[in-house]
Amino acid sequence: MEIKWYIGLAVALFCTGIVGVLTRRNSIIIFMCIELMLNSVNLLLVAFSKMHAASALVQSNPNVVSDAQIFVFFIMVVAAAEVSVGLAIIVMLYRNTHSVDVNFLNRLKN
Amino acid sequence: MSNVFQLVWLIPVLPLLGFLINGLGRKQVSKTMAGVIGSGSVLASFIISVLIFIQLNAGNVPKEPFHYFDFINVTALKIGFDFQIDQLTSIFLLIITGVGFLIHVYSTSYMHDEEPKDFAKYFAYLNLFVFSMLLLVMGANYVIMFIGWEGVGLCSYLLIGFWFKNTNYNIAAKKAFIMNRIGDLGFLLAVFWLISKLGTADYHQVFANVSKLTTTDITAITMLLFVGAMGKSAQIPLYTWLPDAMAGPTPVSALIHAATMVTAGIYMIARSNILYTMSPVTQAVVAIVGLSTAILAATIALKQNDIKKVLAYSTVSQLGYMFLALGVGAYTGAVFHVMTHAFFKALLFLGAGSVIHAMSGEQDIRNMGGLKKYMSVTHITFLLACLAIAGMPPFSGFFSKDEILAAAYERSPLLWGVGVGGAIMTAFYMFRLYAMTFLGKFRGTHEQEHHLHESPKAMTIPLIILAILSVIGGWIGIPEVFMHGGHRLEAFLEPVFAQSNAITVKHPLNHNTEYGLMAASVVLALAALIFAWSKFSKYQKTDAEETGFGKVLANRWYVDELYDAIIVKPVQSIAKYFNDIFEKKGIDGFVNGVGKAVNHGSRQIRLLQSGQVGTYVLMMVLGILIFFIIQLFL
Repeated sequence: MEIKWYIGLAVALFCTGIVGVLTRRNSIIIFMCIELMLNSVNLLLVAFSKMHAASALVQSNPNVVSDAQIFVFFIMVVAAAEVSVGLAIIVMLYRNTHSVDVNFLNRLKN
Repeated sequence: MSNVFQLVWLIPVLPLLGFLINGLGRKQVSKTMAGVIGSGSVLASFIISVLIFIQLNAGNVPKEPFHYFDFINVTALKIGFDFQIDQLTSIFLLIITGVGFLIHVYSTSYMHDEEPKDFAKYFAYLNLFVFSMLLLVMGANYVIMFIGWEGVGLCSYLLIGFWFKNTNYNIAAKKAFIMNRIGDLGFLLAVFWLISKLGTADYHQVFANVSKLTTTDITAITMLLFVGAMGKSAQIPLYTWLPDAMAGPTPVSALIHAATMVTAGIYMIARSNILYTMSPVTQAVVAIVGLSTAILAATIALKQNDIKKVLAYSTVSQLGYMFLALGVGAYTGAVFHVMTHAFFKALLFLGAGSVIHAMSGEQDIRNMGGLKKYMSVTHITFLLACLAIAGMPPFSGFFSKDEILAAAYERSPLLWGVGVGGAIMTAFYMFRLYAMTFLGKFRGTHEQEHHLHESPKAMTIPLIILAILSVIGGWIGIPEVFMHGGHRLEAFLEPVFAQSNAITVKHPLNHNTEYGLMAASVVLALAALIFAWSKFSKYQKTDAEETGFGKVLANRWYVDELYDAIIVKPVQSIAKYFNDIFEKKGIDGFVNGVGKAVNHGSRQIRLLQSGQVGTYVLMMVLGILIFFIIQLFL
């Protein structure tokens, strides 16, 4: 498959994420949208890595391998840790405001 | 070389120590302690000065200056912290420490009503003054002299404004400081000029290399130095600070504004005598300025009613005579007059202080009179001083003034004539002062009359010592016509002025002329003296205002008003312009404008901080988009 399909998918996912973050007030959905953006970038990373490795194979250059395949796993692990922190914040948010609506968090106003 | 010369450095250091102890510990030391430290340090310096004088008199003159450390040392320019001890310095050392010591002792009693810490502060300033003055006369180059020169100016400022709670006194102090600074600028420029031409400021090297300078250079340097002397020694046009300086305590007036500091200019010119001898133009200027000052100040003194103001103008006038002497090349005469003047003028001021003390602060001679029977010691000593300053033989003033007038006659009979005119006025105003203060009936209030008393011993003993010196002080300079080899001071100072004497052509007066001149000036002064005595001994207080010419004199020729109108007022209006327009509108406007703009702008931008997370995220996305667009398309 050509690279442009991957790019198209990644951009579509990323834009979905951005629109979600901008338009929704539910903090859990915003959180999910952020994850969506992160993973769209991950997808792009994997796709480019595969493309470069394939073209290097054609030129029989053994130095280029698709390392990013592994790299993405690391990102996912770190993202999982980050998710736990984020969810904890959302739990605290709910405890304080009895809601997950981010618009209640406006005490830094002015 | 004798061991005494190893103690030279102690002479200025002892008063400096006194200054540090009294100044830093002014809250701890008692009045007695402060007085003992202050007077004792000067006495110790006096003793060393006497020992040095004895050595010099025996012919042991140090050939080289005493080098202590390098003051300035950059590439070719080396200025050492050096002291030079020669005959001229020695005479000044004796005057400064001797008269200074007497005045310190006198002050312990005169200032006794001050708070302990003010008392200690007073002695600290006095010691600092003595230190600076000693530095001035002991320095072996113009730079060290300049340090002392500035130091005495500072101390003069501090002491004139000693009672700083009185605004008028502060104004007088500032006036003295500013006028001195104007003169100091001239001095500084002269030193720079010397260094740029000769690469050195050491007296030895400057005087040895004086032939390398062009006439223009010498004239410029000497004129600039003379500007410095004008400021410090109160000559036209910078003399108006001295009468105002009488705001300080009376012993200060005696020490600084009569006996020592104001003679710094005389010392400086006498020290640089060879430079002045080589520039006839400057000499003429010095003589004319000196004589004009002598006459102008004498006329003003005729109509003053404040006891200290009369003495102040008399000081200015006598300083004028000294400059006349320097201008006609009679350097010994000038130094001689410095010495005798230090004795009788210090005595007059201390006597005046004693009178003011007895009169509970009253200074107006119209309210005095008849003090003779209350204060016998003050009266007798004051009378002797008046006779000395009036130039009556055989008192000290006669010899020194006669020498100056004789030297003036050698140069031009006109200078002599005007000089004698000044001497007549001197006799007149001094005896007007004497008669109005001590003779006749008391014109003050009953309370003051009840309080009249002779001053305590600490004040009268210095008066007596100074009176003896005022009488016999002149006998070391008896003119050649009376006694062959009688002018011992001239013989003593001969080496200092040798270089100048070698190139000046002397026209000695014949003896009959000299007797004639002497007789003329003495008879005329005596006539003025008797006239003043008879006119003012029965003075009655009147409320009539001075009229006509008398009013002009009483108002000091309106010189202060003139300076106010042509210098002070314009400067102040320029300052006001810069303050109101440039400073307030321009600089303040700009600084405040920046502040206001930031303040206003931030108040607007603050509204973006809405607290809505969604808005922040939108801003972030927009920002990223903008960067994205810039990256891709620009």
